[in-house]
Amino acid sequence: MDSPDPDRPATHDLGGNPRFRCTPVEPDDDAPPSDFDKRVDAVRSVLREKGLFTVDEMRFNIEALHETEYFGLTYYEKWLRSVTAVMVRKGVITWEDIK
Amino acid sequence: MAGTPLPESVELLDKLVAALKRRGVLVEEDIARCQTQAERAQPETGARMVARAWLDPEFRALMLRDGTAAAEAFGVAMAGAPPLGVLEDTDRLHHLVVCTLCSCYPRAVIGYPPHWYKSAAYRARAVREPRAVLAEFGTVLPAGVQVRVVDSTADYRWMVLPTRPAGTEGWSEEQLAAIVTRDCLVGVTLPVAENARIAA
Amino acid sequence: MSHGVHDTAQARFAPGARVRVKPGRPERIAPMHLRTPHYVRGREGVVARALGRFPNPEDLAFGRPGEPRILYHVEFDQPPVWGEGEVGDTVLIEIFEHWLEEA
Repeated sequence: MDSPDPDRPATHDLGGNPRFRCTPVEPDDDAPPSDFDKRVDAVRSVLREKGLFTVDEMRFNIEALHETEYFGLTYYEKWLRSVTAVMVRKGVITWEDIK
Repeated sequence: MAGTPLPESVELLDKLVAALKRRGVLVEEDIARCQTQAERAQPETGARMVARAWLDPEFRALMLRDGTAAAEAFGVAMAGAPPLGVLEDTDRLHHLVVCTLCSCYPRAVIGYPPHWYKSAAYRARAVREPRAVLAEFGTVLPAGVQVRVVDSTADYRWMVLPTRPAGTEGWSEEQLAAIVTRDCLVGVTLPVAENARIAA
Repeated sequence: MSHGVHDTAQARFAPGARVRVKPGRPERIAPMHLRTPHYVRGREGVVARALGRFPNPEDLAFGRPGEPRILYHVEFDQPPVWGEGEVGDTVLIEIFEHWLEEA
């Protein structure tokens, strides 16, 4: 859905995005985080504590996801992708570790 | 978005953790410790801070001046966490917190964010049509109340100090804390005295 | 490299100052990590207060040490931003000093 419109905001820059104008916010969409979710979150905390990445590296690598994944993956799946991307980029792990 | 992770995501997490362990970056105990700490953060903390602020003008002043110190006074470990800012509602002003760029949320004093807070719909709409979003939470503000949407974009995390509802005169700190829900702390709902009876 | 919530002595803008957010979409030209939402770029607002000095996230995102910059709370009237909404409603946003100029 790449548009040539130069004013089109980045995918993650969602404020006011008319695409969601008619999507109700669902206050009842309130399931507690799953074990997967909590584990991803905890791994992120450990790595941040150890100074291996900053919140902005994490945010940037989520923003870099393709639109399909940005809107298709669950929240903590996106975190996992981002954490993994930063760890590979920094040489903490290699792509062979995760292939 | 709520939902089940793809099998490939579950596999990726296992591989990532195994690689980090193999390379000596972390051990299982590190993960367990961080998870326990995250699970300990609950909306009751923010609720108790609000109740204290309603009863104790000095604490209220501290909370508005330095939310981080106020959280620490309630035993929250804030070292390494983003600074906490607290925004005070009045009879004329209502705050609504959103993060349009990602999903910044005052986790230290409320816990894991609910799914709707991270949803595209909430992030897109709260800044543009806050009153319509509030209505979807059943919140209708009295006439004459201005809405100030807080787009949480950078280094702080923001919590709302709602106004103390009528009908709570003489209540204890515990009674007051019981009507301050998670959703009140980001401004999508308002505390009401009747909730105490509903909850009982 | 001091930074933190109370470090606002070098703030260029005082509470009440009218400021304009720099316009543009530089992230269309190259990958960047910007914490200034698109919808207030080029718009005028009023400084509520300086919040502190924090390392520039535009550097941190790429693993570079971030030069500390003053972060402000800036308030914008909502209706002009969207062409809709209730008069008196506002949006309050954290914006770094290098995104602001005098209005």
